Amino acid sequence: MILRLIAFLVLLLPGIATGQERVVNVYNWSDYIDPYAVQRFTRETGIRVRYDVYDSLETLEGKLSAGRSGYDIIVPTSEPSFARLLRAGALAPLDRARIPNWRHLDPTLMARVAEIDPSNRHGAIYLWGTVGLGLRLDRIRAIAPDLALDSLDTLFKPENAARLARCGIMVMDSATDVLPSVLRWAGRDPNAHGLDDLRAAEQALMGIRRHVRAIIPSSAILDALANGEACVALTYSGDVIQAQARAKEAGRGVEIGYVAPRQGAQLWFDMLAIPADAPNKEAAHDFINFLLRPDVMAGITNHVRYPNAVPGSLSAVDVAVREDRNVYPDEAMLASSFIASTPPRDIERARSRSWSRFKAGR
Amino acid sequence: MPRGILLAPLWTWLLLLVAAPLLILVVMALATPADGVPPFMLGWRFAAFAMLVEDFYYADALVAALRLAATTAGLCLLIAYPMALGMAGVRPAWRLPMLALLMLPFWTGFLLRIGAWIGLLRDEGLINHLLRGLGITDAPLALLYTEGAMLVGMVHAYLPFAVLPIFTALIRLDPALLEAAADLGARPARVFFSVTLPLTLPAAAAGFLLVFIPAAGEFVIPELLGPPEAQVIGRVLWQEFFQNRDWPLAAALALALLALLILPIRWFQRLGAGA
Repeated sequence: MILRLIAFLVLLLPGIATGQERVVNVYNWSDYIDPYAVQRFTRETGIRVRYDVYDSLETLEGKLSAGRSGYDIIVPTSEPSFARLLRAGALAPLDRARIPNWRHLDPTLMARVAEIDPSNRHGAIYLWGTVGLGLRLDRIRAIAPDLALDSLDTLFKPENAARLARCGIMVMDSATDVLPSVLRWAGRDPNAHGLDDLRAAEQALMGIRRHVRAIIPSSAILDALANGEACVALTYSGDVIQAQARAKEAGRGVEIGYVAPRQGAQLWFDMLAIPADAPNKEAAHDFINFLLRPDVMAGITNHVRYPNAVPGSLSAVDVAVREDRNVYPDEAMLASSFIASTPPRDIERARSRSWSRFKAGR
Repeated sequence: MPRGILLAPLWTWLLLLVAAPLLILVVMALATPADGVPPFMLGWRFAAFAMLVEDFYYADALVAALRLAATTAGLCLLIAYPMALGMAGVRPAWRLPMLALLMLPFWTGFLLRIGAWIGLLRDEGLINHLLRGLGITDAPLALLYTEGAMLVGMVHAYLPFAVLPIFTALIRLDPALLEAAADLGARPARVFFSVTLPLTLPAAAAGFLLVFIPAAGEFVIPELLGPPEAQVIGRVLWQEFFQNRDWPLAAALALALLALLILPIRWFQRLGAGA
């Protein structure tokens, strides 16, 4: 908190940034980098990093939408934020000549993002992951030992939810990152825009609503899982894996596991991008180039336990992380995964209204 | 002329920090949402206001917010009045330490205090540990993310706003009036109900309003402690602004809330004029 305040105050004083000292203002998700990488970047390039964090895309988009955010690097998720910021003209095109390490990026993964950002002009994949279930295995084994855990049935079948409700069911508060998985579970196109599709998703959610304990931001779910407050939580893969590590460290017998749904998981990419009005674009390019270095990327993945898009980094990634199929999904799972699209504005309102009804429980 | 100079800071304040933001809100409310920076196009369109009226979702949120604010203010008043009585009743030398004790918790950050409540109320929290340790319950009680948790947080956050005006009114009360009432044979209860209470009623109303008005727009406490179904106007406003990125609708909502809060302020002015 104090660090954030300082970072904020410093951003208010653009006068300091001029002069010969070079800086880059980075705005990234919380708990989402290897702190050592930042130190190393400054040591190697002499560019100072002012690091600030957010814990929801809404905060990031809110600041960017107001204009003159003062940030040089942002890390929006492919859909919806990266796509929307692109549409709003809020992102600067990247100069590949300044990012020689671009060649390390996995072309197959980059091709999936090119569906939103033609020829990948505005962003490089930083880290990526899936949406699935965080499970408190020790409690679930005690309450429902017969339950098959590899599918969203665990959560969305009302009889299962009823059994697990007692030990805490949570859903991350994000219509865009939950509804596609619900649609897929209901056997529909995850990006279907029809009103009856939306109704089907809402029905599935309402069916378990009274068993849901909390609908809170993903960062709060991470804490709840690590503390053993949540038994089943629909959230981002890496958050669960971080919670798993924290619970193990605490050593209080809380055993957390992650499951990507068998029906096909939502895939998302967090993109390294530069705002159109970034004050230090050159330093921002240097920062992206540094992060894409295989050894740096390996350090980041080891620290935050999300997969990266630099295959050359794999040899330096810890075996436990590299071989964890929940961190690095296998080919079959990647093939069945899907990417959410950003619906038109009126559909988005219908979705968020539907989400509010789910939260309100009526 | 000297009077004009004296009033200058006040006028600057009013223009810069009240009139200008209000004007920006009105302009934004009449604009059209669009993809861009900022995410709207200026215009002259009443669609945002029309939506507020047509869609009962917003009216529901307004009612929920007013209900929460009224409950919070009512509870604060119930707790604050006896507290103020106690604080005003001690020897004058003790009053300052008492005030300091009241204000002390507010020297720490607001979010920290709410975070402390989360720590107390959650399943593995202090209260549940205590209850289980004493053998009163065997499974953790669901305390966090409930209506009760939200009210506890609200009352805790806003209580001093209710205590301070009542306390001030009580210590300013002319003791001669109380003595006169006692001399005329009134028992302490009678003195309280026919002298003390009527004379401090405007202060109690002020305390109520000082809690009610900020509480009506509160969104952090319902978000962090309340149940998902507590969709008060503050949360809905946040959703429109950040999730739907519909700044015009969010601005219209803010204006509606403002208009609604003017009513109780008028009522208070009437009360003040009557007293």
